[in-house]
Amino acid sequence: MSGLNLEHVTKQFGTFTAVNDVSLSVPDGTFVCLLGPSGCGKTTLMRMIAGLDLPTRGSINLAGHDITEVPTHKRELGMVFQSLALFPHLTVGENIAYSLRIRGVGKEEQKKRVDELLAMIHLPGFADRSVSKLSGGQRQRVAIARALAISPKLFLLDEPLSALDAKLREAMQVELRQLQQRLGITTIVVTHDQREAMTMADTVVVMNGGEIRQAAPPVEIYRRPADSFVADFIGQTNLIPFSADNAGRATVLGEMVEGLSIPQGAKGTLSVRPEDVQLTAPGHGVIAGTVSFIRDLGGAIETFVEAGGQQIVAVSSPRNRPEVTVGQSVGIRLDPETSVVLAK
Amino acid sequence: MTALRRLFFFLVGLFLALPLIVVAGVSVNQKQTLAFPPQGFSLSWYGEIFTNSEWRNALIASVTLAALSAALALLVALPLAWFLWRRVAPWANIFRLLGVAPFTLPPVITALGLLTFWATTGFYGQPWTAVISHAIFFVTLPLVTLSLGFSAIDRSLVEAAATMGADDRTIFRTVVMPLILPYVVSGYAFAFVLSLNEYIVAYMTVGFTMETLPIKIFNALRYGYTPTMASVTVLFLAIAAVVFGLVARFGDLPKLLGAMAEDK
Amino acid sequence: MRREPPQRLADYGPLFFPAGMLTVFFVVPFATMIAVSFFQREQGGFYQPAFVLDNYARFLSLFFGRVLGFSLMLAIAVAIACVVIGIPFTYLLSRTARKVQILWLVALLSILSLSEVMIGFAWSTLFSRTAGLTNLFVWLGLMAQPQALTPSFGAVMTAMTYQAFPYTVLVLYPALVRLDPTLTEAARTLGASPVKAFFTVVVPALRNTILATLIMVFIFALGSYLLPQLLGRPQHWTLSVLITDQAIYQSNMPFAAAMAVFLVLVTLGLVGLALYAGRQKEAA
Repeated sequence: MSGLNLEHVTKQFGTFTAVNDVSLSVPDGTFVCLLGPSGCGKTTLMRMIAGLDLPTRGSINLAGHDITEVPTHKRELGMVFQSLALFPHLTVGENIAYSLRIRGVGKEEQKKRVDELLAMIHLPGFADRSVSKLSGGQRQRVAIARALAISPKLFLLDEPLSALDAKLREAMQVELRQLQQRLGITTIVVTHDQREAMTMADTVVVMNGGEIRQAAPPVEIYRRPADSFVADFIGQTNLIPFSADNAGRATVLGEMVEGLSIPQGAKGTLSVRPEDVQLTAPGHGVIAGTVSFIRDLGGAIETFVEAGGQQIVAVSSPRNRPEVTVGQSVGIRLDPETSVVLAK
Repeated sequence: MTALRRLFFFLVGLFLALPLIVVAGVSVNQKQTLAFPPQGFSLSWYGEIFTNSEWRNALIASVTLAALSAALALLVALPLAWFLWRRVAPWANIFRLLGVAPFTLPPVITALGLLTFWATTGFYGQPWTAVISHAIFFVTLPLVTLSLGFSAIDRSLVEAAATMGADDRTIFRTVVMPLILPYVVSGYAFAFVLSLNEYIVAYMTVGFTMETLPIKIFNALRYGYTPTMASVTVLFLAIAAVVFGLVARFGDLPKLLGAMAEDK
Repeated sequence: MRREPPQRLADYGPLFFPAGMLTVFFVVPFATMIAVSFFQREQGGFYQPAFVLDNYARFLSLFFGRVLGFSLMLAIAVAIACVVIGIPFTYLLSRTARKVQILWLVALLSILSLSEVMIGFAWSTLFSRTAGLTNLFVWLGLMAQPQALTPSFGAVMTAMTYQAFPYTVLVLYPALVRLDPTLTEAARTLGASPVKAFFTVVVPALRNTILATLIMVFIFALGSYLLPQLLGRPQHWTLSVLITDQAIYQSNMPFAAAMAVFLVLVTLGLVGLALYAGRQKEAA
């Protein structure tokens, strides 16, 4: 069995369960993002993979070996910490060479490898600088280079880009993904930023309350969310309650909507992305509502509609600007293709 | 307000400086009198500390005692502070308490305790007992500075070293020790300077067999004053000022003092 | 590296030496001292293992009561003097530029570490007839003749305040540095003068700190043993002096030990009180 495999991993701190019965399989060479709100257990899960915390129950396998109890320093990891954890008493070069030095690699070879890595992170000639003299983005790159110095079996990053400003963060996301694809290294990133996860990951693992809610490729997470938490957490969505009669016809906000495949007699919630909500003239077969607010963001127009006591948001591009004003009655059409039925 | 504040600072400064100014003045008298303002000017009383064999021996005894006892205090404090930081062991805080107690209690108590101990064990008067006595008495200082130093280490640095393959010993050597070094130095400096000046513990344990400078001054006081006492006082004050000045220059003195009182 | 309880014997390794040293050379001597305080004294400076309360019974004498009363009174007076000067001083110090602060801190630390013998010597010189303060007054025309100001209670009190003042400032310093400066600024915008703001905002905010500091300085002053001897008359001797005197010159170890035990109990009681005051501060 290759890759990283977690089986029924649980971590309790006293009576608090931080990670609850998590099983996950990460094939070799893939990029996985652990995504979730703060306190969802994603960092604890990563710390257990790194050996910085021990699971209360469950096992962790790497490349066919059970590493659950293996101490951190024997796991051959590369890890980038949220605080970056660059050693303040060492230079940039010494930081990068640290894992080589403590393995007794010769001075010449250390220097060669440091130069290679500095070139890779676009900071050639920085070896003798003090880490305190670097900018945020440079420190970030040095931390990444340091973690990759020994070509680790597993590359772990805990909220690696959270200290950077928005523009730099976006650029680093792309760079990190390209680097990972070039090296083909198995990578796990903890993040609370869904854009970051969508940009970089092969597989996004959405966590909440210590449990995995869904693990799937980014587009599938967005298009086919497993539950209302995932639907709401990833991007914007409208969560609309529905009920179905015995013939499987669904009633949504007082209107029959055709074409939804719903089990007979079920009740539940529909997740409809704002860009999939179509505004039309009021009439038969569409949900009746009233425009309450229009937000024109320049690149997109958000129209807020009150319907059946609920607010529904529709997003359109400036080309397809809806011809509506606040207070106007409109119809809402839901496309069965893009309306996701969430089990209740 | 500024004028009032300046006046207040000036008065406090004057109060603190006045005895020292007089002592400094007395120390440069030409003749063997304690006159102030000094009569004539001479640095011979400073020379006396090093040329007069009694004063020189006392100085050597004091410096040796301070250097050794501060080192021993550090050897006790460093592993203890490291253990308390490295492990989850709330019960071990009893040893932190024991390390802080000698310095918090009135010194005469520690002194008397050690006196009865050395007398009972039959080592009373041996010079090396003073080294141990001072080390125990002053272990508080390195213990407090080191505890502060350890708590200032970002734990993710240690974890980062572990993920890069460093075991406990390597982490201590390559990460912890370089980061803790300034606190080791200041802990040693505090213990050294205070040991240099300490009287009662030294007096009670080895007062009859060994003369440190404070003991020498006290003994000399009984037979009359000489300007050498003044020059020794100025010398010791200068040593303390230089040492603490260096600590301030290379470390964060306000931070160091901020936590010292906190820990007590 | 995980931070966890020690598991194997080797994990306890670093603790062996410190724990051993502190136990053998602090706990055991302390226990020895307590034991000796119950021993029977014999002529010629020796003592016999026994269990007698004679040494404690001697506390009940009028002489001892006077010494104890004087020691406590002196320590209280010194503590109050130090705190009264120390609070406004430390407050103002904490608001000056960092460089000025460091300069003062170095000076205060240097004086704090100065041997009690040297402080005693310095003040006895300053209070002496030949080199003292009175010469300055004569020169200014305030006095006709220089005169010695020691031995006297005033001299003891002044020197002990001098000795304890740097300690007071260093104990107060962290609390005052951390005091939110916007508190007084808020008071100023509400119309309080700087002095009024200090008394109506800073002092009440630090009530428990002040109490804790008083107790700390009190204990510190209680430990003074040379200044009363060098600058005072025998009636100005404190418990610390008496303990030293009994132990060294009267060779009455059991009695000295009993007094020391008593002093420990007084001190521990007060430390407990200081900790309690500190805890109240956190709760507030």
